[in-house]
Amino acid sequence: MENPHSATLTQEQGSSLWRDGWIRLCKNHLALFGLAVIAFFCVIALLTPWIAPYGYEQQDLQLGASPPSAAHWLGTDIFGRDMLTRIMYGSRVSLLVGFVATGVALVIGVLWGTVAGYAGGRVDAVMMRLVDILYALPFMIFIVLLMVVFGRNILLLFLAIGAVEWLTMARIVRGQVQNLRHQEFIEAAFSMGLSRWIIIRRHLIPNTLGPVIVYTTLTIPNVMLLEAFLSFLGLGIQPPQSSWGLLISHGVESMEEYPWLLVFPGLALSITLFALNFLGDGLRDALDPRASKD
Amino acid sequence: MLRFILSRLLQAIPVLLVVITATFLLVRCAPGGPFSAEKAVPPEVVRALEAQYRLDQPIWQQYLSYLGDLARGEFGPSFRYPGRTVNELIAGGLPITAELAFYAMLVAILIGVCAGVIAALRPNTPQDYLPMSAAMLGICMPSFLMGPLLVLVFGIWLEWLPVSGWGELAGDKILPAITLGTGYAAYIARLSRGGMLEVMSQDYIRTARAKGLPERVVVLKHALRGGLIPVVAFLGPAFAGLLSGSFVVETIFQIPGLGRFYVQAAFNRDYTMILGTTVFFATLIVLFNLLADIIAVWINPKMRHQLSRSR
Repeated sequence: MENPHSATLTQEQGSSLWRDGWIRLCKNHLALFGLAVIAFFCVIALLTPWIAPYGYEQQDLQLGASPPSAAHWLGTDIFGRDMLTRIMYGSRVSLLVGFVATGVALVIGVLWGTVAGYAGGRVDAVMMRLVDILYALPFMIFIVLLMVVFGRNILLLFLAIGAVEWLTMARIVRGQVQNLRHQEFIEAAFSMGLSRWIIIRRHLIPNTLGPVIVYTTLTIPNVMLLEAFLSFLGLGIQPPQSSWGLLISHGVESMEEYPWLLVFPGLALSITLFALNFLGDGLRDALDPRASKD
Repeated sequence: MLRFILSRLLQAIPVLLVVITATFLLVRCAPGGPFSAEKAVPPEVVRALEAQYRLDQPIWQQYLSYLGDLARGEFGPSFRYPGRTVNELIAGGLPITAELAFYAMLVAILIGVCAGVIAALRPNTPQDYLPMSAAMLGICMPSFLMGPLLVLVFGIWLEWLPVSGWGELAGDKILPAITLGTGYAAYIARLSRGGMLEVMSQDYIRTARAKGLPERVVVLKHALRGGLIPVVAFLGPAFAGLLSGSFVVETIFQIPGLGRFYVQAAFNRDYTMILGTTVFFATLIVLFNLLADIIAVWINPKMRHQLSRSR
């Protein structure tokens, strides 16, 4: 909202809505806890190359797989590589996939939903019918197919997952835009001679942000699950890169002898998913009071 | 009702066509043909193979003849295993995957509905928080983590249950069914809690109570039917999820089902196999979505009423 005109139009209602939301969120301790956990993990992931206790590829073949100890807090894998370091580097990939693929879904979904909702009529019918059709497709299977056909490349993984997750976003945004479209401030903007694109960008999209933020927060865990699922099957992230899903899949191979190789990456993934889900639920209660809890 | 079913069936046709066309094009666009193997193959052999798999024809002709095959129920041959067809693999794997999915669904519905209803009876008390926290745990513990952990605890440490196989040792179906089912149990618990909470505050429940009916009858006979509508709507998508979940569970427990074949085909780059199985999965999923929609209308008097009025 860099434009001063739109700022004066939305400021009063907007800022109080956001402040209300923030106050409501602060009362929800679980959600705040989730936010703290996510922030903590993100900071760790960003700083990993500088704070990791060992090198990513640093091996200690004489040590081999060892249980947690003072030198290696989370133990080592069969090559004597430090698990904490591996999990920290894995978090970079897992979180990156989570955020970037969700970002892809966000951009496509918001644009698609806004255009459909704003255009209305036949354009809307065609666009949303397409969404309906795509909804019925077996997407998990399609992602597997894409990964097989085009090779297992992380960029494609972003695109493929993003291309799957935008549908619900488009539906939510379209519903919002349809409601907003006939309100006075849009008419006012129109009568001021603003172009359609500016109306969409400056007035419609900012006003759909509440539900969009909520749904985005709930999409990230889904995306991370999807990545872990694919990596577990060997169809996602490929070594030497690593992600939590891949670490779990390696951990399963030797869980009988070295259970910590499975338990710790699993804990990292579960805790993150927990935190994101709690944060998402909290944000929904805070920003989107009309949405029911389930 | 019949008209509704027919119109939904008609809507399923473009979906299937999109799936078939997209899959077909994707597989044909794949870099490196199926015969660009490690060993050099004589050109006449390549030509003979291409003729056998119709790769010498223009692509639209390949597409049309594939559609023709599908219409006859032929999903195509396997590139990697000459002489095997997708149909044979489906015939071998489908009953196993279907059985697994059935048990998993049973686990999911039994646990999920019970937990959801119990939680909804006393909202915002420990009786609510406990099952709902467990449900959250189920959502955040993906099957590829839950499965190995269950194997570790019940199979290896406690030695109560076999750790792999299907139908060979007593009790070897228990762990796979639980692994596949728990995630859905969690979702169903949340959905049925929400549905029950909404229904329990409605007038007809107050009426039922005012008539002096025991609480058990009110909940089980009057509320449950309305409260479970969101659960039924979830069953269609859940089925699609069960199929992709079977990829993981069948791989973990070494079950010779469809999901494991699919993952193997993906690894081997067995393109015709992937094409055939994808089309088959898609058809199944579209049909199940359809079924779920029909059941949703059937058990929901409000929607049934709307349908008969719109006619």
